[in-house]
Amino acid sequence: MSANLSALFYLISGVLFILALRGLSSPETSRQGNFFGIIGMIIAIVVTFLSIGNFSIGLIYVLVFLSIGAFIGALIAYKIPMTAMPELVAGFHSLVGLAAVFVAISAFVNPAAFNLGEPGKIKLASLIEMSIGAAVGAITFSGSIIAFLKLQGVMSGSPIIFKGQHFLNALLLISIIILTYFLCSVQSSNLFWILIGISFLIGFLLIIPIGGADMPVVISMLNSYSGWAAAGIGFTLENTALVITGALVGSSGAILSYIMCKGMNRSFFNVILGGFGATEQSSIYQNKEQKPFKSGNAEDAAFLIKNASSVIIVPGYGMAVAQAQHALREMVDILKKNDIKISYAIHPVAGRMPGHMNVLLAEANVPYDEVFELEQINNDFANTDVAYVIGANDVTNPVAKTDPQSPIYGMPVLDVEKCKSVLFVKRSLAPGYAGIDNDLFYKENTLMLFADAKKMTEDIIKNL
Amino acid sequence: MEIDPFIFRLSIFILSIFLGYYVVWSVTPSLHTPLMSVTNAISSVIIVGAIIAALANNIGNIFNSSSIYGFLAITLSAINIFGGFLVTQRMLAMYKKKKK
Repeated sequence: MSANLSALFYLISGVLFILALRGLSSPETSRQGNFFGIIGMIIAIVVTFLSIGNFSIGLIYVLVFLSIGAFIGALIAYKIPMTAMPELVAGFHSLVGLAAVFVAISAFVNPAAFNLGEPGKIKLASLIEMSIGAAVGAITFSGSIIAFLKLQGVMSGSPIIFKGQHFLNALLLISIIILTYFLCSVQSSNLFWILIGISFLIGFLLIIPIGGADMPVVISMLNSYSGWAAAGIGFTLENTALVITGALVGSSGAILSYIMCKGMNRSFFNVILGGFGATEQSSIYQNKEQKPFKSGNAEDAAFLIKNASSVIIVPGYGMAVAQAQHALREMVDILKKNDIKISYAIHPVAGRMPGHMNVLLAEANVPYDEVFELEQINNDFANTDVAYVIGANDVTNPVAKTDPQSPIYGMPVLDVEKCKSVLFVKRSLAPGYAGIDNDLFYKENTLMLFADAKKMTEDIIKNL
Repeated sequence: MEIDPFIFRLSIFILSIFLGYYVVWSVTPSLHTPLMSVTNAISSVIIVGAIIAALANNIGNIFNSSSIYGFLAITLSAINIFGGFLVTQRMLAMYKKKKK
């Protein structure tokens, strides 16, 4: 196949990838979009085979390695529970990053195969492009591994902070730029290996100071990085499909990080520098005076819910941990039979990744037109009888609106306290991730239900 | 004077960033998780580079030092392609409307 023809086909698969993302603008068109994405991928792979045009023994090996990956991938896709989506996405990011590193290494070792010149005499532009691809890929890989371990709970979710951390990161970043410069002038493979090594280290250091609840930002950011790494390789390979995809994925991840940061009213740098865990000391001080609160059991809760005419459910990460989404749906089914109006309110940063709660509710067969975003539903709390807060905490804290001293001041929160009564399912009064007390616990109209989210919901069902 | 092909690719790149910006803003927030898994899958089109790397100069030893990285990258991206698209499909199948 001629180079021009294959370039046209790569363009087509790039366009199909754009349509794949476009389809996600509504659930109805999303499945078709995914189909476009698959077609685009098939075109890209087939065209690559045809343009090489060398159907020797090598092709069989390629198909063998491809099938191994396909088998593992399909197995994971079918087995993974929906609550583990954040880990899965972090894991996938690490693979994209590592693949980018491998392709860059291969291009560096054997540039002739990619029409980039001879070893030691690689074109300058290509060398810069592959250095960027390799460095960003390596950062994506090690960063995603840390994010994965933190989400899995293998590594503690609390931020790891040491003295001179930011200084060290800055130093390493500068050394990467200097290394790239020298690499371009002497083209020594040792420098290339050092460059990749330092990039792995940066990815690791970049993510360890970031705490568990900031994971939505981290995952989005790594998503963005994996795109930029792909784009860097795309420039090296002079491949349009890869350049388009890299740009799409890069901007997609960047937008998601922006939305997540806005949902917490924090700047991107504030999250990345990982300063939030440091507020823990002040929270211990705050907790000294014990304010009065009301607590109840499943029977009280069932009574309140049964006599309501409208209920808003506010899910959070605790629901995912307790796997309470199915029990919740069962409860809602009973309520619907009694003509109680049900809606769900989702805060942008609820859960551990963008859209985490929506997927869990969809898994439990909750129709998506009952699920609302913060801006859509926030005015409805005032006209609602009962709010059922299950596994959420900081995102309901009215302090964000009233106390300028609070670290979460200015963060958009759900106006849960405006409901006639609030049922707050929580295991204890302990403060949430932000390390601050939730004023909502001590309101007149709040009833605390101290239990595991799933168990409490099941108990309420028994009492309905 | 002829324009360097790099400039054309750069133009495609910059325009795609803008395109991505508008397309992604139109994605409904409830589908942000499938968005991440599908972007994962499509960024694995890097498999194109992996295949070229694997099949380069396959005269003689097929697993020479540069090809082996290609083969490894093929497996990694294949995991992502199949895993990414299939898990997206699985998720999207769950989004249902209210039964009227």
